[in-house]
Amino acid sequence: MTSQVPDLWPPTAQEVVFLLLGAVALGSALLVVTTKQLVHAALWLVVCFGALAGGYLVLTAEFVAWVQVLIYVGAIVVLLLFGIMLTRAPIGRSADLDSGNRVAAVLVALATAAVLVTVVVQGFATAYTPLEPGRGAAASLGSSIFRSWVLPFEALSVLLLAALIGAIVLSRTDIGGASRATGLPGPDAAPGASAPTAGDSEGGPERVSRSTPVTRADREPGTTPESGSGGGPRSDPETGSDGVSRNGG
Amino acid sequence: MSEVLDVAVRLVVIVVVFLALPLIVGQMEHKAMAHMQSRLGPMYAGGFHGWAQLIADGVKFIQKEDVIPAAADRRIFAIAPAVALVPYLVVMIVIPIGPGLYGVDLDAGLFFVLAVMGVGVLGAIMAGWASANKYSVLGGMRAAAQLVSYELPLVLAASSVAMAAGTLSLRGIVEQWQWWWLPWQAIGGVVFFVAGLAELRRPPFDMPIAESEIIMGPMTEYTGIRFALFMLAEYAGIVVMSALTTVLFLGGWHGPLLPGPVWTLLKVLALAFVVIWVRVSYPRLREDQLQKLAWVGLVPLALLQLTLTGVVKIITA
Repeated sequence: MTSQVPDLWPPTAQEVVFLLLGAVALGSALLVVTTKQLVHAALWLVVCFGALAGGYLVLTAEFVAWVQVLIYVGAIVVLLLFGIMLTRAPIGRSADLDSGNRVAAVLVALATAAVLVTVVVQGFATAYTPLEPGRGAAASLGSSIFRSWVLPFEALSVLLLAALIGAIVLSRTDIGGASRATGLPGPDAAPGASAPTAGDSEGGPERVSRSTPVTRADREPGTTPESGSGGGPRSDPETGSDGVSRNGG
Repeated sequence: MSEVLDVAVRLVVIVVVFLALPLIVGQMEHKAMAHMQSRLGPMYAGGFHGWAQLIADGVKFIQKEDVIPAAADRRIFAIAPAVALVPYLVVMIVIPIGPGLYGVDLDAGLFFVLAVMGVGVLGAIMAGWASANKYSVLGGMRAAAQLVSYELPLVLAASSVAMAAGTLSLRGIVEQWQWWWLPWQAIGGVVFFVAGLAELRRPPFDMPIAESEIIMGPMTEYTGIRFALFMLAEYAGIVVMSALTTVLFLGGWHGPLLPGPVWTLLKVLALAFVVIWVRVSYPRLREDQLQKLAWVGLVPLALLQLTLTGVVKIITA
């Protein structure tokens, strides 16, 4: 894997691009934690992840780069934004976004960075590998994951499965303990089911946990056709949703 | 020099296709929808069956005043249409039209396409939030929720094809394609197309922009050229999604008699027609029905398709 130590000066084009991407990633990461606007923080995170993906690309890890965009930008940040907008997303600066632990946060961040940089420099200071296109292609990555690294891969998937099951248990009211049953229904419950749950909550958790699924099963056959026609008339020639026809006149 | 010229020609062709095909699909929507509703649609602009209607619309959009609400987050409001539109242009670079006719052939082209298209939805969320309008925020949230649930079946269905072809390159997938993949990958194809419709927020999955209750959602406050860019993004999205379904599930340029690129275009336009047809035919799904369809319907079907692909692959190997 390792090869001769190349000259560090003058830097190659790849190194320059990599450093620039690193600067973008670092700058946007700083903006994520310092901006006073909540939604802007999430959007700077997009820039940061994008720059990281660019860094992977320069290092010829093509597949990892696109997966980074797909998972982090396409799913994690969208989920973050969804969460922010669901709770509180004011436009403009929020005064209460400052943490009282600024100094401690800076110290922890610097310490973490110091540990990581030391480890990487100590471990890989003399390890050089030429950047050849195709090393990070899907085929070679896949075969190394499923041949050399299959055990860590399986362990990770069990961990994720555990997290998944945990999320389901937390969000379901009908299979949880007595304390949870009186709470709000999970996101998977039909909207109509929340009314009986709230109304019956005085009647004891057992009654609720029984009544919720029954209510849902009762509702569904009836609601589907009803709401299908009641969902609002669409594609009226003049008010079609696509706007081109709406604005065409 | 000839390499640079080659790249330049490819990029120019892609930009032209990117600008022309959405207009053709838009005009097709005007006319097809009109005839399905026993009307004529645009008839006057340009003389022949209103062919210049969308060009006239574009001229009108450019002339309109560009209004930004006082309470809006100006910068985000301004860049949101670009964030919605540019990903579709970027995706077009890797879609193969015929043998040798593509911008670039990426090794992980399929993942590139799915990743970049996920970014496009950020545009709708940004627009919804930055408009400082409660309906827009609702629309943005619905768009986010929709993306999160439909991204999974989309990726699963696409990976089934990648598994069948043994490559992630779009060109490679089309080259491997055989006619019997049609029945083999049929479930995946339907799941991909439906999830794609949802990702584009096209009817019947247009809860985020439902005009009768939240007044176009994220686009409520947009006027003029920015609104036109959102519209262009929607139609470019239809083209990209139809082209991807064609490339992944319908065999791209494979077909008898006619030359390859013609087959690709025919299949893309046929799928775009289906998108329009579905819009005219189905009522809008309610938010909970929409989520239910993704998690209870499409995800299990996509997993079934993955299993089927794996089993057939092992039997025939």
